[in-house]
Amino acid sequence: MKKKDFDVIIVGAGPAGIAAAYKLATAGVKVIVIERGAFPGAKNVMGGIFYRNVLADLIPDFEKTAPLERHIIEQKMWLLSEDSVLGGGLRSEKFNKEPYNCYSVFRAKFDKWFAQKAIEAGALIINETVVKEPIVEDGKVVGIRTDRPDGDLYADVVIAADGINSLFTKALGLRESITPDKVALTVKEVIGLPEKVINDRFGVLNKYEGVTIELTGPFFQGMTTMGFIYTNRTSVSIGLGAIVEDLVHNKANINDMLEKLKAHPAVKPLIHDGETKEYMAHMIPEGGYFAIPKLYSDGFMVCGDAAMLVNAVHREGSNLAIESGKLAADTYLEAKKTGDFSAKKLSAYQKKMKNSFVLKDLKMYRHLPKMMEDKRQLLTKYPQFAIDAAFDIYKIDGVAKIDKIKAIKKRVAKLGYIRMAKDAFDMWRKIR
Amino acid sequence: MIRQDIHEYKNVWVFIEHNAGKIELVSLQLLSKAKEIARDLACDVCAFTVGADIKKLEKEVAEYGAKKFYIIENPVLKDYRTEPWRASISYLIAKNKPAVVLIGATALGRDLAGTVATELSAGLTADTTALDIDPQTKNLLMTRPTFGGNLMATIFCPDNRPQMSTVRPGVFEAIKNPAKMELIEDKFELKEEYVVKKILEKVQTGEDKLNLGFYDIIVAGGKGMGKKENFKLLETLADALGGTWAVSRQAVQLGWAHHTRQVGQTGQTVHPKIYIAAGISGAIQHLAGMKSSDIIVAVNTDPQAPIFEIATYGIVGDALKVLPKLTKLFKGKLKI
Amino acid sequence: MHSLVFIKQVPDAAQVRINYETGTLIREGVPAIINPFGAHAIEAAVQLKDKYGGTVSVLTMGPPMAEEILKKSLAMGADNAFLLSDMVFAGSDTLATSYALWAGAKKVAEEAGPIDIYWAGKQAIDGDTAQTGPGIATRFNIPLVTYAAEIKEVDKKNNTIKVSRVVDEGMETVQVPMPCLITTEETINTLRYAPLPYLIRAAQTGITLLNSSNTEIDSGQCGLKNSPTKVKKAFTPPKREKGEILKGSDETTLDTLYGKLEPMLKQCGKL
Repeated sequence: MKKKDFDVIIVGAGPAGIAAAYKLATAGVKVIVIERGAFPGAKNVMGGIFYRNVLADLIPDFEKTAPLERHIIEQKMWLLSEDSVLGGGLRSEKFNKEPYNCYSVFRAKFDKWFAQKAIEAGALIINETVVKEPIVEDGKVVGIRTDRPDGDLYADVVIAADGINSLFTKALGLRESITPDKVALTVKEVIGLPEKVINDRFGVLNKYEGVTIELTGPFFQGMTTMGFIYTNRTSVSIGLGAIVEDLVHNKANINDMLEKLKAHPAVKPLIHDGETKEYMAHMIPEGGYFAIPKLYSDGFMVCGDAAMLVNAVHREGSNLAIESGKLAADTYLEAKKTGDFSAKKLSAYQKKMKNSFVLKDLKMYRHLPKMMEDKRQLLTKYPQFAIDAAFDIYKIDGVAKIDKIKAIKKRVAKLGYIRMAKDAFDMWRKIR
Repeated sequence: MIRQDIHEYKNVWVFIEHNAGKIELVSLQLLSKAKEIARDLACDVCAFTVGADIKKLEKEVAEYGAKKFYIIENPVLKDYRTEPWRASISYLIAKNKPAVVLIGATALGRDLAGTVATELSAGLTADTTALDIDPQTKNLLMTRPTFGGNLMATIFCPDNRPQMSTVRPGVFEAIKNPAKMELIEDKFELKEEYVVKKILEKVQTGEDKLNLGFYDIIVAGGKGMGKKENFKLLETLADALGGTWAVSRQAVQLGWAHHTRQVGQTGQTVHPKIYIAAGISGAIQHLAGMKSSDIIVAVNTDPQAPIFEIATYGIVGDALKVLPKLTKLFKGKLKI
Repeated sequence: MHSLVFIKQVPDAAQVRINYETGTLIREGVPAIINPFGAHAIEAAVQLKDKYGGTVSVLTMGPPMAEEILKKSLAMGADNAFLLSDMVFAGSDTLATSYALWAGAKKVAEEAGPIDIYWAGKQAIDGDTAQTGPGIATRFNIPLVTYAAEIKEVDKKNNTIKVSRVVDEGMETVQVPMPCLITTEETINTLRYAPLPYLIRAAQTGITLLNSSNTEIDSGQCGLKNSPTKVKKAFTPPKREKGEILKGSDETTLDTLYGKLEPMLKQCGKL
């Protein structure tokens, strides 16, 4: 008889792993999750925006018990230069009506809650244990080996949800080591401020309404950098991430960059007099669609950051992770009916992912990483141009408007009409 | 709560800890402090102890100013064992009703005090570093360190008697104050066959004293000393200064020294007048055990070592070179 | 053989920081851990279980979040975990605590069988009193062995145990009958990296909740009201003045150092 301790072993108790565990446990599957941190969420970092819809069908009414900070009613986009900001955004009362679109959350608190739900559904979660490698027999993944004595476990299927540094995908040869151009280093600071101060500074009326600001622009010296400012109940999260290769190339220190961002004249008023409560850093997959490994093999599936499922443009990662976990669970439940856990059967997972927003979105933006690398002007010259043009228009200095427009046209000519048109065309073509 | 009638309790009692006919210094220190407390409470200082063949302690106790010396002599009490000592001492205290009982916070004292206090339903404050009398209520105010010395707490015991406290050795000074003293011997029935705890073996660790708190100068070494043999340098410097030597947890874990010499959160907490830290980086767990020392001298090759944050005087250098030089220097100047 | 280990959840005292303005401790962000001495007590009990068979129970008195250390204890090899939690215990000093734990221990014996050895860490790193273990032993009127550094031998036939303990002058070996209460030094053992089956079993084991409604306990001996010792005030010790780094490390530097130490050396009577 085949050796088996559990039906499914999940590596990593992050959003992907827990989503899979929850779905499987609710369906009566014997599932165990092995986490290397002291508790689920201990090793996880994210910007902090959580999207409701992926969880809503998994745990209806999760809003009633989950630790959520503020629901977001306004999402802003800022282009930052050294001394200016050109921005826009959408604030809508539609976002202020239940069910809410998204929330700011704290990973450690949220994951702990989510994990508890999985435990209540019947999943076992083991902490402070590292999964060193898969146990492979005849090319099939049959279990895992941990760093503890008597630490081998066997199962029908192993789901790897062990994050960006996934040992698993490497061990199984499903992906090469991550190269510095495919990963971003992100730092985040949580700054404590009284709830009323946050309300006033961000223009909301109470502690439940929140605002997000995404930022980029020439302020970051041409590095592909995305920054963010999110409101929590009694704190503001501010952070930024840059592609590691860029950082090395520019000899830039990400911590210094964050300090610089905090000191930016448009940012400082939002966070001044606050008290730094926490500081964290993490790596985030930025390889996009082409960096995604094969998502399955015999007795094995991979979800979340371990599968490089992050949509940087829209700063979405945890919802892709949760969706992938759900789909992996569904795939197992189907495979269980016939007891066939071969790659052929589990390929259904790849199909499901292809048909879901996860791969669809990533596919749409698949050219973006390369394009950002090739066309630095998208982050430097063009935004700077837009900022300068806007400044000129807004400044009342006695110069006639027609003369101002002429001056702007001259600057566009300098940038190159053909060049700009080509860039615009390229972007349109590649994001389809 | 089980209470006592506080008005029935009077006098300040000091436990005389003794070993092989010798009185522990902390007991004499407490006799001296007790004089102040007794003055504020307008009562007397009394000494008490139990054991076998202890009448000879009378002379020395009398030199430190106790009015009465209560003793119980019984062969069963020859060596310290919790159960018979707890029983006999609880009897003495219950019978004579002192308002305050002070015990030195040695290993023996801390083992004894907790059991006696529970037996008598008295309030016990451990490891105190300051004792005062509240001028209004006349309650004893006992101050002690908590959270590894990060927070001080002042404790009082309004409704229960006696007010018991174990006191750290070295906090108070032993000052001779000879007075006429009455020896009061009481009897307590004890039979060896009813004492279930047997001492099978006692091993003295040379001249080593468990309680580093006895010393006003400590020379401590850590991983930076390189190897076990180099700890001799700590010992020679300590001797030159008339102090003792200690180690960090890392040194104990490397097998270079016995745990009895460890200073830190999971070792001993000390506060000597001078603490010399040689080759110790200054991990928070170590600092927890010595940061309230009066003067801290740090010697370390790493100028960024955290120990320099709390050192009064820092020397960036190799301890293996600096210590012998210091030894030579002190030997020449001190009259040890 | 049945061991019962008393444990306590404490803030990691080495990590608490001081707010010098308010004179209070900043406990926020300080992780709550199992008292290290108590963890060694659990390991000692589990080692005896490995050698002689039997079970290990753990009991803690604390708020609901103390459940975390019970889970950890199960993962270290304990079999049963009990949480004694009730508002009536709030503010207990050591006398009231030893009373509550004594009452809780009696209930554990009812549930899980009579107890042969009671264990505790020698002291907790927050209170640092070392009084609770001795208090419980007194209430049970059983022999107390504090500062245990080595369990030498268990004689099952005669129901005795030999323990080596640290005393002021060195070490002594005592023999006591069971039941007895042992408080442990950190050096008694090294905590093992628990095998995976322990953790799996721990994840599947529940915690038994004890409180004033299911445990025989006289609330008149519990809590702040019934604690003989009370806190008059808490304050932070004065901040150390910033020191100085002396230039160099040669003879002149040491002479300078000597000059600075001279007054204190005089005060200590060394000159």
